Amino acid sequence: MSTVDQIQDLTKQEYKWGFVTSIDEDRLPNGLNEDIVRAISLKKGEPEFMTEWRLKAYRYWSTLEQKQAEPTWANVKYPPIDYQGLCYYSAPKQKKELKSLDEVDPEILSTYAKLGIPLHEQKLLAGVAVDAVFDSVSVATTFKAKLAEAGVIFCSFSEAVKNHPELIKKYLGSVVPYTDNFFGALNSAVFSDGSFVYVPKGVRCPMELSTYFRINAQNTGQFERTLIIADEGAYVSYLEGCTAPVRDENQLHAAVVELIAHDNATIKYSTVQNWYPGDKEGKGGIYNFVTKRGKCAGKNSKISWTQVETGSAITWKYPSCILQGEGSVGEFYSVALTNNYQQADTGTKMIHIGKNTKSTIVSKGISAGHGQNTYRGMVKILKGATGARNYTQCDSLLVGDKCGAHTFPYIEVKNASARMEHEASTSKIGEDQIFYLQQRGIPKEEAVSMIINGFCKAVFRELPMEFAVEAQKLLSISLEGSVG
Amino acid sequence: MSLLEIKNLHASVNGNEILKGINLSVNAGEVHSIMGPNGSGKSTLAGVLARRESYEITQGQILFNGKDLLEMKPEEAACEGLFLAFQYPVEIPGISNAYFLRTALNAIRKFRGEEELDAMDFLPLLREKMRLLEMDEKFLNRPVNEGFSGGEKKRNEIVQLAMLEPKLAVLDETDSGLDIDALKVVSKGVNAMRSKDRAMVLVTHYQRLLNYIVPDFVHVLVNGKIVKSGGPELALELEDKGYSWTENEPVGARR
Repeated sequence: MSTVDQIQDLTKQEYKWGFVTSIDEDRLPNGLNEDIVRAISLKKGEPEFMTEWRLKAYRYWSTLEQKQAEPTWANVKYPPIDYQGLCYYSAPKQKKELKSLDEVDPEILSTYAKLGIPLHEQKLLAGVAVDAVFDSVSVATTFKAKLAEAGVIFCSFSEAVKNHPELIKKYLGSVVPYTDNFFGALNSAVFSDGSFVYVPKGVRCPMELSTYFRINAQNTGQFERTLIIADEGAYVSYLEGCTAPVRDENQLHAAVVELIAHDNATIKYSTVQNWYPGDKEGKGGIYNFVTKRGKCAGKNSKISWTQVETGSAITWKYPSCILQGEGSVGEFYSVALTNNYQQADTGTKMIHIGKNTKSTIVSKGISAGHGQNTYRGMVKILKGATGARNYTQCDSLLVGDKCGAHTFPYIEVKNASARMEHEASTSKIGEDQIFYLQQRGIPKEEAVSMIINGFCKAVFRELPMEFAVEAQKLLSISLEGSVG
Repeated sequence: MSLLEIKNLHASVNGNEILKGINLSVNAGEVHSIMGPNGSGKSTLAGVLARRESYEITQGQILFNGKDLLEMKPEEAACEGLFLAFQYPVEIPGISNAYFLRTALNAIRKFRGEEELDAMDFLPLLREKMRLLEMDEKFLNRPVNEGFSGGEKKRNEIVQLAMLEPKLAVLDETDSGLDIDALKVVSKGVNAMRSKDRAMVLVTHYQRLLNYIVPDFVHVLVNGKIVKSGGPELALELEDKGYSWTENEPVGARR
């Protein structure tokens, strides 16, 4: 058996988390119009300003839809999406407010247990607070008291709308306005829930904040909205992890994440994304069309994106930084793996506006099976960004001979003092490397995953420790079966 | 029973027959040297023993420790105690030497039903072997073979040999690319591993390695066959007369 054949085999791992939880759902009829938008807002008991904002977003999106202005520039292929055939709101039915984990539907808890989500109290000792989003509505939030002590607000987006409307009014749409793009507009109109974080002046958030998203109901588009604000001198590290069960229909996911860092503040945002990638023939899987952007508003502020993307049938995602404050820093560390028929078009935008701003981009793309992996990045140095610096490293690894790697780096420099570095490589996983490790007693699959983990090391070391371990496991699981 | 028993081994690469009926028997405690001109099949033999997949075995049998070696995957052969010191050690970016070796050692220990070693037990052991091979500690945390000089790579192979303690070590052109000082260090490391329980097969083109690692037996491989076997004096004779000398010798001369 040749290594190529064996590499084809490495991809034959079934999705391990394909199970469906049966709980009563509260859902709106399929389709999208102003009434649906109003109904979502009403169901969530939102104040007038939110309803109005959603409606404006809907109207804008509606003009785009009529013009069929869904973006087509990404290097991905999928059949047209019937936006009127989707359901835009589905929530697990709840009878009353939940006071503790004991009151959470045991089926939901067991689903989380299968996913290994640390919801229980002892896990709190591990320093992880979880705001679990189950089909769009937060069902449990932990560690709140401890965070409150530090003055950190960490809650579901809906709660924030109710309890902190002034912050929502001030920051919602300030980084990703509803007019930003097709999917961003759609999200703004119909987003169901998400997470909200506010870290006050001078506070270092005492723990890693973590949210697990899970898409459960059939035919439900999930539209998360996350807003994180780090006030002057604040620090927060946030991790988002995602898994979803097996579905035949493609499921649309269009999230928006906005980050704002004020003077001397740091936000570290890490994602481990493991949504259902579709089966071996490319049937099913999540469409992950996400808008993530951070604004380094203050001087010497820093926003760092780290992502490990192994799931979804299609990924369309460019976590970006607007480097406005003088001396601000933007970072993007990415591992994207496409196996079977997965497609990913992902990368970042670094917009240098302020003086002496700095950005680092490290992208590692791994393609296996028939996977297609595209890096698309833009580094823009505006006129006023004297002394701006960028370092970009962009590596692709091919496993097998039916996959593809593509790179589209764009650089736009309007200030001559800018210093730009760009390194890129494409390589094939070596038969010699695999054999070398095997000859030392390491089984083939482990050898492949070791080589790939080595390839991704520069990114993994940016993840919080416990998640780095998880990410490595995830990578191995995602590649299982692609080598004999 | 021999540790390694090769019987009438024929092997091809892309339809070209490279090994044309090798017979060789190696006992525990013995050091054998396989010498031969370029293209004689020495590295193919080493590769076949380590179960590299690019070879097609058309005839013959190999018993390793009484088991059918040709039925084993490379990692199984390794776990059974077969070690190949590579002629061209491969670089594994992003994986530290120490992590790699610990993973390898633990894979083998697990196979043997032994407990895995944690970092606390493992590192002192590795440090000791690295000192033996005069390798700086900085190589512990450097990615496997990445940025190593030719000599450092070869020494690193012998460190691995010393850590994994195989029953049979096959050294493929370990002397190539080594200067005389490095050759002495490597030889010292190899000699330290000689024991009554362990056999070695040194595949080499030149006699010079055998000044430092003195074999018990020397076999001359020409055109895919062992044409002559003898003691260490045979290597000296070869050095003197060249390989062409053996080609005229009757095959019946081997032991």
